[in-house]
Amino acid sequence: MQTQVPADTNTQNRHLSEGRAQTSTKTIKRHSLATRLWHWVNFLTLIILLMSGLQIFNAHPALYWGEQSSFSQPFLAIHAKTDADGNQRGVVQLAGYEMTTTGVLGLSESNGRLRQRGFPEWATLPGPQWLSMGRNWHFLAAWIFGPSIFAYLLYTLMSRRRRRLIFPTRAQWRGIPQTLVDHARLRFHHVADYNGIQKLTYILVLFGLLPAMVLSGLAMSPTIDAAWPWITHLFGGRQSARTIHFICAFSLVGFFIVHLALVILSGVFNNLRSMITGRYRIQISDHDRTESDHE
Amino acid sequence: MNKLIKEKLIKGDSEDQQPDRYRRKILSGLGALGAGLMLGGCDRLSNNKAVQQAVGSVENLTRKAQRLVASRQSLAQEFDASQIAPVFRPNGEINPQEADYRQMAEGQFVDWRLRIDGLVSQPMELSLTQLRDLPSRTQITRHDCVEGWSCIGQWTGAVLGDLLDLAEPQDNARFVVFHCADHTFGGSDLYYESLDMIEAYHPQTLLAYDLNGEALPIANGAPLRLRAERQLGYKQAKYVMRVELVDSFKTLHGGKGGYWEDRGYNWWAGI
Repeated sequence: MQTQVPADTNTQNRHLSEGRAQTSTKTIKRHSLATRLWHWVNFLTLIILLMSGLQIFNAHPALYWGEQSSFSQPFLAIHAKTDADGNQRGVVQLAGYEMTTTGVLGLSESNGRLRQRGFPEWATLPGPQWLSMGRNWHFLAAWIFGPSIFAYLLYTLMSRRRRRLIFPTRAQWRGIPQTLVDHARLRFHHVADYNGIQKLTYILVLFGLLPAMVLSGLAMSPTIDAAWPWITHLFGGRQSARTIHFICAFSLVGFFIVHLALVILSGVFNNLRSMITGRYRIQISDHDRTESDHE
Repeated sequence: MNKLIKEKLIKGDSEDQQPDRYRRKILSGLGALGAGLMLGGCDRLSNNKAVQQAVGSVENLTRKAQRLVASRQSLAQEFDASQIAPVFRPNGEINPQEADYRQMAEGQFVDWRLRIDGLVSQPMELSLTQLRDLPSRTQITRHDCVEGWSCIGQWTGAVLGDLLDLAEPQDNARFVVFHCADHTFGGSDLYYESLDMIEAYHPQTLLAYDLNGEALPIANGAPLRLRAERQLGYKQAKYVMRVELVDSFKTLHGGKGGYWEDRGYNWWAGI
């Protein structure tokens, strides 16, 4: 396995550690300026998109499959229910199952009292119920996010160096079980290249979730439906597109949580620095070096 | 090897990396500051008039982009009769209480007249029978509400473009305004909406008098409502009384070209 980015030999520092093996670290340039800029622009726009998206969802907090809304049989509904004793409680109904979620989902505090709301004020942009402003925030952020993901994917597919960065080598495919075991034991290898799991995750997010967000968003626009009806057909109808938009958004939230956890567990400072300045400290041992010579 | 790496991890970037620790503090400080600004600041931003205007101006970009990809003639999807919803969900005003309207409704809208005026060479008044005698179009389309839900229904009505041709718009006519009979939710203004000439002359833009093969019910806008199929639901004005051609809607009501537009919603409702 070759290190794709040239090592900065000046900062190479080497010290003896206990035992016979030698370990040394060196700082490499891991992320290009384009990647770093894109990363932080995405971070900001995705937060705005998520929170304003929840505001928009709150205007009709139910999801359906197909072309139109069945109203009486939603796939997912987050609302307040009044029990026989007159008490209100927030509930999430998902495909026939019901869960009480008072205080957070369906019924939460707003302006000092409990109100029916899909998602609570702290999760939406703006906080209070305000659909038109939520839509404005959403479309502003979408106009930044959409074109930038398009440009980034095009750049990644066109550049050989980037293709190698994203797509796993044969050795990495074979190494995936071992990588899984290492991750489970919180053993992180600080090397120049991404490992197989990282690459697969990034492929799924970059070429799956992010484009699906943009396309399912476009599928909900009546004018786009008239211009490019195939987008809506692709998702099996407008309400399906809305449901998939929601599911992909929460898959991204899931990715974000795991991403954040791994950034923290595998050395928060080194990781943050690499995404801000581009510099990343890797560890190499004589053993590693011999290994990489073989590949 | 693993052991060594683990050891290195536990030791962290200790000893020889004092400056790193310092920078780490700055970084986490910046992170906390950013998060604080995000959470507390966004609502304050949303309430700022200048920010509202800036954020809302993206509407123009959206309109231009959508006009670029959708041709004047590109049609909204039409559906099969089997897909018609059992009940077409009424929204907004569903039972106007205005005395004039109640009186017309009780008389089965025999006294109702549609006025077409403004910047036209042939202003006119049409009764419901006269409208029904004009060539009609029937289409099964999906209604997309700004709230997020969708409903499929079959609409029959006069093609708005044909009506406009009869009235002969003047060269300076840029918008078609629809004046309605209802004060939605008891508001001070009568409901109104507007389309530009491209959307007004779209082949699927109708003044509809039938829903699912029967006279339009009051809840859905009797006796006449607009269908502009490439736009969201709030554009589909119900209880239409008057069609006025104007060169600008700045002097009408709140000046934004529609009841919901005056309340912060985008005039371009193609998204």
